[in-house]
Amino acid sequence: MPVNPEVAGRSYPPSPPYVVSRAKIAEFAKAVGATDEAHFDPAVAKQRGYADVIAPPTFAVLIAQQGEAAAMIDPEAGIDFSRLVHGEESFTHHRPLTAGDEVQATTTIEKVRQAGGHSMVTLGTQLTTADGEVVTDTTSVVVIRGE
Amino acid sequence: MNDLKPGDQIPPRTVHVDRATLVRYAGASGDFNPIHWDERFATSVGLPDVIAHGMWTMGAAIQPVVNWLGDAGRVTSYGVRFSAPVPVSYDGGADIQVGGTVKDVTDGTATIDITATHGDDKVLVRARATVALTPAPARS
Repeated sequence: MPVNPEVAGRSYPPSPPYVVSRAKIAEFAKAVGATDEAHFDPAVAKQRGYADVIAPPTFAVLIAQQGEAAAMIDPEAGIDFSRLVHGEESFTHHRPLTAGDEVQATTTIEKVRQAGGHSMVTLGTQLTTADGEVVTDTTSVVVIRGE
Repeated sequence: MNDLKPGDQIPPRTVHVDRATLVRYAGASGDFNPIHWDERFATSVGLPDVIAHGMWTMGAAIQPVVNWLGDAGRVTSYGVRFSAPVPVSYDGGADIQVGGTVKDVTDGTATIDITATHGDDKVLVRARATVALTPAPARS
């Protein structure tokens, strides 16, 4: 079943607050082979002017997916998760995500397009602090394969 | 960095991925889709083998740029399209060649085109990062 094009423009409530930790940053950095000491050593990060250790450039996906989950389970969108393939991903960092940050992910379905029997859904997500500072914008394009 | 110009190369490297890499990334990212760790499941849905997480490949492919810059915090944007899966065999795993080329330099910002290939396959296309060439002002 194709994704319902009528849901384009729909925004979902923010995900629960996510606290970025030193331990999760270190775990994720090791998992992608990131070796910058600023992921692991607060003293190095502070020397560079950061408040604490900073996350690798793609770490934000962990938090963005919590926002995207709301769109994925929206019955009116009709996204069949079992037929989902990740098409594109992008991040814009207004500053690095930093240990101690508490952010929420708010997702909007930006576009729904059908092509070749597949549905392409563009999801835009903002990671925002409690003070309203937008730290990172992410965009995911997911492809829902046709039957 | 001061005389950086379009066409300059980011030192490339080969990144090895095996089953343990994928299990580790699954745990770190929370993406436990069995196509990334269960060969029987992966082949049952038509894949040649378990495949690497696209987001693992994306995360690994920016590392040469980070090493060259010397600061992960200066990657201000990064986007890719996933164009081919990376099958990760039980025996040999897989090797991915990652690198980058400076596309443009303007006002202290460089745009880098990133490449990631597995054998003859480009596994990422339209892969581009923008980086700040000087440190951001200190934040409180």
